Formats: sequence, C-alpha cells, structure tokens
Amino acid sequence: MKEFARLFTRIDQSTKTNVKVAALAAYFASAPEADRLWTVALFSGRRPKRAVTTTRLREWAAEAAGYPLWLFEEAYPIVGDLAETIALFLPPAQTDSDHGLTHWINMLRGLSEVEEPRRKLAVLAAWDELDATSRFLFNKLITGGFRIGISQKLMTRALAQATGKDEAELAHRLMGDWSPDTTTYNALIEAEVPGADASRPYPFYLAYGLEDAPETLGAPNAWRAEWKWDGIRGQLILRGGTHYVWSRGEELMTDRFPELARALDFLPDGTVLDGEILAWDGAPMPFNALQKRIGRKSVPKSLLRAAPVILYAYDLLEDAGADLRALPFGMRRARLQALLADLPKDAPVRLSPQLPFEDWATLALARSTAREVRAEGLMLKRADSPYLAGRKKGDWWKWKLDPLTIDAVMIYAQQGQGRRANLFTDFTFAVWQGNELIPFTKAYSGLTDAEFRQITAWVRKNTQHRFGPVRQVTPAHVFEIAFEGIHESPRHKSGVALRFPRMSRWRQDKPVQEANTLEDLKEMLRSFG
Amino acid sequence: MTRDPVLIFTDKGIYCPAGDFYIDPWRPVNRALITHGHADHARPGHARYLATGIAAPVMRHRLGDISIETVPYGAKLTLGMATVSFHPAGHVPGSAQIRVEVGGEIWVVSGDYKLEDDGLSTPFEPVRCHAFVTESTFGLPVFRWRPQAQVGAEINAWWRSSLAEGRTPMLGAYALGKAQRLLSLLDTGIGPVLTHGAVENTNRVMRSQGITLPDTVPVTADTRIADHPGALVLATPSAFGSAWARKFGKLSTGFASGWMQLRGVRRRRAADRGFVISDHADWDGLNRAIKESQAENIYVTHGYTDIFTRWLNTQDLEAHVVPTEFDGETLDEAEA
Repeated sequence: MKEFARLFTRIDQSTKTNVKVAALAAYFASAPEADRLWTVALFSGRRPKRAVTTTRLREWAAEAAGYPLWLFEEAYPIVGDLAETIALFLPPAQTDSDHGLTHWINMLRGLSEVEEPRRKLAVLAAWDELDATSRFLFNKLITGGFRIGISQKLMTRALAQATGKDEAELAHRLMGDWSPDTTTYNALIEAEVPGADASRPYPFYLAYGLEDAPETLGAPNAWRAEWKWDGIRGQLILRGGTHYVWSRGEELMTDRFPELARALDFLPDGTVLDGEILAWDGAPMPFNALQKRIGRKSVPKSLLRAAPVILYAYDLLEDAGADLRALPFGMRRARLQALLADLPKDAPVRLSPQLPFEDWATLALARSTAREVRAEGLMLKRADSPYLAGRKKGDWWKWKLDPLTIDAVMIYAQQGQGRRANLFTDFTFAVWQGNELIPFTKAYSGLTDAEFRQITAWVRKNTQHRFGPVRQVTPAHVFEIAFEGIHESPRHKSGVALRFPRMSRWRQDKPVQEANTLEDLKEMLRSFG
Repeated sequence: MTRDPVLIFTDKGIYCPAGDFYIDPWRPVNRALITHGHADHARPGHARYLATGIAAPVMRHRLGDISIETVPYGAKLTLGMATVSFHPAGHVPGSAQIRVEVGGEIWVVSGDYKLEDDGLSTPFEPVRCHAFVTESTFGLPVFRWRPQAQVGAEINAWWRSSLAEGRTPMLGAYALGKAQRLLSLLDTGIGPVLTHGAVENTNRVMRSQGITLPDTVPVTADTRIADHPGALVLATPSAFGSAWARKFGKLSTGFASGWMQLRGVRRRRAADRGFVISDHADWDGLNRAIKESQAENIYVTHGYTDIFTRWLNTQDLEAHVVPTEFDGETLDEAEA
C-alpha cells in the first residue's frame, strides 16, 4: 500500500493538475500490473464490493481506539469524511506492512465470504499495521467514493502519458462493463483488440454553457439548433442481437428502461444512438415523472404505464457497425434521420427535431418558448463538428433558459462534508405565508468560499435551536434562489418541489419582510409547472 | 454560609469578586489579568493590565500605550481578598495560566496552553487546583500532534524540494508565537529566511527582550528574490495571494497549523502543503493537563466545548461548558 499511499500523497499535496497527472503517470509506469489495473478501476468509479457496513466500521473504530461511540460520532462531522475520521481516531499503528494495493483489495473481497467476527479481526489487524495515509486509503476502499482529486479524465491523461497511447482511444477502452475480475491490465489498455466488448459505449461529448451572446459564434448558417431536453442523457447500443443503455454517468441502465428493448425490432444491429431518455406521453413529460423511474432497478407495470420512456435521439455514433464519430455532425444527422424515418409511432426511439432558423434573433425567440415544450433551452451544434470525447469547448454549446428565481429567507443551516466540513453550507429556505415562514427548498451551492465562511460565523452566533446537526437560525438573511423548474409535490409542506435549486445571490440589501410569499411560488407553479 | 465562587463567568469575561478583577475580559474593565498577548485574550480598552514580564513587550507592541504591571512566573500577589500567581502555559513566550486562591480554594485559568516544550516558551507546568478552566480548541481524539522535530524535518524537506523545483517556499503562520517557533525549527543552512512585516515586528520585540531567534531578512519594497537564493518566505496567512506575495515568483505554499490535520481544511486552503503543528494542546495533552491539575471541577471554554465537556463527565469529572462570546481559534478564524 505504501507505493499507492505515496502516489496519493503526491496527488493530495498538489493543487496543480500537471503535477497530479505526472505523479499518476509515473505510478502507471512503475507499479505492478495488478495494482495498476486496480488503480484504473478505482479512478473510474469501480470499487470492490463493500465488505463491511459503515455502521460496523464506526463501532469497531471506537472500540479499537478505546472511546465511546458517541465521541466518534461527534468527531465524524467535524472531520467530514468517514475513512479519514477512522484513520485519525485510532491510535498510531503498532506494526508495519509492505503489502501492496491488490493484496488489501483481495483481502477485503475475501471478507464477504466470512462470518462477522473474523471480518472484524481482519479489519482491526489491518488498521494496526497501516500508517495513517495507508489506513485512510484502506478505509476508502471499504467505504467507496474514491474521490481524491483525480477525475477519470485526468487518470486517462496520465495513462496516455505512461503508455504513449491516444487519450481518446484509452477513454473508449475504459468505458463499459469491465472490472479487474473480467480483464487484465494488458487486455484493457495495451492489447490490439478493438471492439472486443459489445457493451462498450463511446465517451459522451459534453457541451459547455454559452455565456456570451450567440452572435459571438459567427454566421448562423454554420450552426444547427435543437431543444435541450430535461431528461437523462443516454446512449443506446444495439450490437450482437442485444441492447445496452448507458447513462452519461457511465451507469448501465438497460434494465431500468425495458421499453428500449423494442428498439431491436426496428433498428439494425451495429447501431449506437445518442439521445435523451424522457418520460413520454405523446410529448415529453415533466422531469419528476422520469425521476420515479431513475431510482428503481426493476419497474412495476403500473409505473411503466404511468411514465413510459423513449429515447429522443439526436446523434448517430455507429451505423452498420462503423464508428461515425469523425464525420461532420450534419452528415451524422442526415444518416440518423434516414435511419429513423420510417419508424412506427409506438417505437421507443424517436427523432429529436431540429429548429430551423435564419438568424440569431429568431432563435432567441424560439429559446424563450422552451418551457412551453418542457425543454431547458437550446443546444447549438456546429454543422461540421465531429463527435468528440468529454467536455470540449467550441463546437457544441448549451444555451439554457435563464433560471426562475425567488427571494427566500434562510431558516435552517447544516454543516457540509469533506471539503466543506466545518462550514455551514446546507441551508433550508422559506417564503412567507402571512406571518409564518414556510420551508420550501434546500440549497447547497452558489456562494463563494468567503461567503460561506461569513455565513458560518453568523450561524454560530445566531443559532436559536439545535436539532442534531441542524441549526434553526434567526430569520435574518434573504437569498435569491435560482431553479430550473417547479413541480407540485404533496410530500412538501409548501406543496411544491424545485428542480436544481441553488443560491444565486445573497440579498444583503433586502429585509426579510420583503422576501417572496408562498402565493408567489404557487403562481410560478401555475405558470411553469 | 454561602459565598461567591472564586471565579464567575460574566458577559464581560471571567471575573473574580474577591479580588475585583477580570481574566482575559472581552469588554473594557478596570483591571484585566491577561494570560497572553493573542488578540482574543489581550483586548484593548482596559484601564489597567497585569501580565507576565515576558508577555508584556508584545502586548505593548500590539495594544500601544497601555497601563501594564508585570509579574514573574510563580510570584504571589494579593489583590483584594485573592492571592494571584502566573504559571507557565507553554503556549507562546510569556503565556501564563493564572492561579487564583480565595479562602483556601484554588482556581486556575489555563488561557491557551500546550504541553510540548517548544524551546522558546517557558514549558508548561501543571498547577494543582480545585477548579480548572481549560481551553478545548483541539478537544477531539482526531487531533494528535507529532513531536515538533519531526514536523520541522518535514518543513525543511519541503524547503529543499521546493527549491529543487525552482519554486520559492512560502510558509504561513501566526505572527505571534507560531512564526518564531517555526523559525527556530528551520534549517537556516538551506538558505536565508525572508520575513513579512507582521512576523518581523514580533521578532524584533522578542529579540529586544532577550529571546534568541535565528537571523531573518525583513522583506521591504526593494527586496528582490533573486538577491536571496535559496530563501524561504515566512509570512502571515493574510499575505498569501496578495500583491506582496507575487514578488517572489513561482511559489510553493505551505501552512502550519493544527487544523492542517484535517484533509478538508488543507484542500480548502488550496495550499500545496499543510504542516500539522499547533501551540494548543492536542487531545492527549488536554486530558493529561486536566488530570495533573487534580481538579474536580473543570470549566471548558474556547473550542469543542460541548463535546469535550461531555467526555470529561464520562471520566467522573464535574465538567461544565463556559459560555463565551468568542469561539477562540475556531476553524473559520484559522482560515480567515
């Protein structure tokens, strides 16, 4: 674990991307193959199956340190990370170990086979022979969420540096349904067998938000426009007589959307479509209809009827088994239109329309009506753009509607986690109903670190009541809350639920009496819900 | 017969009715006994101050023209019905625990303290008492310090590796206490130490009172980093990211604080390195100091008061939270 711990320390000690990538590249060049493979797996969101529950980990850590559990539970929110809390809470290790990353992972994987008392002994023994950093990483292997400042993108770049292979090719190789059990480092990274894995998706091309006026993009005729839908970006793969559905977060969602299986009846093998998964009743349904489908691995019939999904396709990445990504968007789009032209009305794949426009002003007018078609705004794609991998500037832009906003009063505050531990960052907001403040949303983001520090100091001095980690504060501060949509919600006291709420401005100029009312929110629900 | 407690906790600070004085008060009072010169303990506006002879020069420097009497460690003074003495707290040079005895009952106010001998401050001495008022800045078991020599070696290694990468190391720490302690740990064989004005002012005060510190080069408007090859810059955290910091070219930044124990704080500070070194007692130090005081009543202030109080109560001690207007050196201030 020491070599991996050194790698982690070098990554963690730097705020500079190139230093992190260089450290990782050096590790890929020198670490044992099995450790390399696991490192790739960990940094691409794959981890060993959880062998121990976090409840047990907390209990064992408190016991091993010789302190009551409540003391551990108090320390945890202050440290902000369970793996780190355990590493720091325990007394220093008594012995030393030279085992590598793969050894510890295999040891953890073996634990799911054994009875709990043996599991506990093994974990306690590990804690007692790992130094603080290794212990933290070991705990991270158990608790998951291996977010230590290296994104999959940076890891792929480091791998490219270490192997001399093309970054985009590596990104493609790392996609899909593999694990260190089903492949080797050589097969995954080095071997010359393209397309060996039928389920493997293409890396998604992601757009940046357009911040300047569209005129800055140049001549309108070089661009194509379509609605930006509020669903789940997905890739539908038809290969080898079967189908796969991948989300943009690289989650295999085939079983969650069984409707899409019927695509095999209408489309040829060797087809890969990029589009939006939407709940559909002849037109896109509100996002909260789709939301009911997201959390479920299997879907009851009633829900299939209430919120059926389709893929609203907007790009063709593979046709007749050939990778089309290098073709200009205009040509891919033409082939997509031809492919979907004769599909029956009840097919689970439909063509997301393009919006014709002569000039930017016409398009701006169309954009202003996006909410009427349940879109979030527009997508602008350069007609000659290839399909790139990852988030790239220049050829694709999101041109979203301005968010809806409402001025609300902060009434509860809670500390954040991880990087935001010890700062109050999670707030509950309320609007007026007569003289009463009715909570209607939480929000966590949108303020600067300096503002969070300022509000944290204020919360400490203005706490009225504590409910566990939640503090009720004096209603004194008004924030402008921005959000993308509003829905009816019987589960909330206010009767509404917001989509993507965040703090867009701290209205230090506004007295609490001038915050908006519940009636204002209901009016928005009537207009935009 | 009932009588006033030796010390009571008022909205101006800790008050001794028998002696009619306050300890580290935060609103102006007639007579203030001061544990040490940090701003949350030595505040302006009191009519008369009393502190140790070693703490006084820095207080004069920070608070200007104040009326201050001084007392050596261990000397007993009679103030009204109270007998008062100052005892080493080991926090910064001149810092004291204040012992107050009234009618045979002894209370000790620790101020801020640490148990490790830092080589500059008079080392902490336990004082037996009936009631002990303790800080709890790092009152959680996740805070455990390593010996300062180890941290010093880590800092010197970073100094060397920064130079090897063509960067100037800039180390951030409080101007009073921590900066001088770091200075004494630095290996000046590597290169010169350039100091920010706030740090150098305190250095000057301490040197003039006979405290030996390594040589430093104060940074002025004319200072050019090229004239000082191999230099490390010692500055207050507020200097980071300022125009002042840019004159040193490519930097490697480091902070030295107990809060650097927490990865979340290290990352939020966005410094290249965090060195875990504190002038406050760690978890084990707090517990040891309380035990050695042999006090039955513990009053917990400045820090994780609720948690630490609950912990002490499970250890068969009678512990209470002291309400204070200031959280002491909380994370937020440490980062501001």
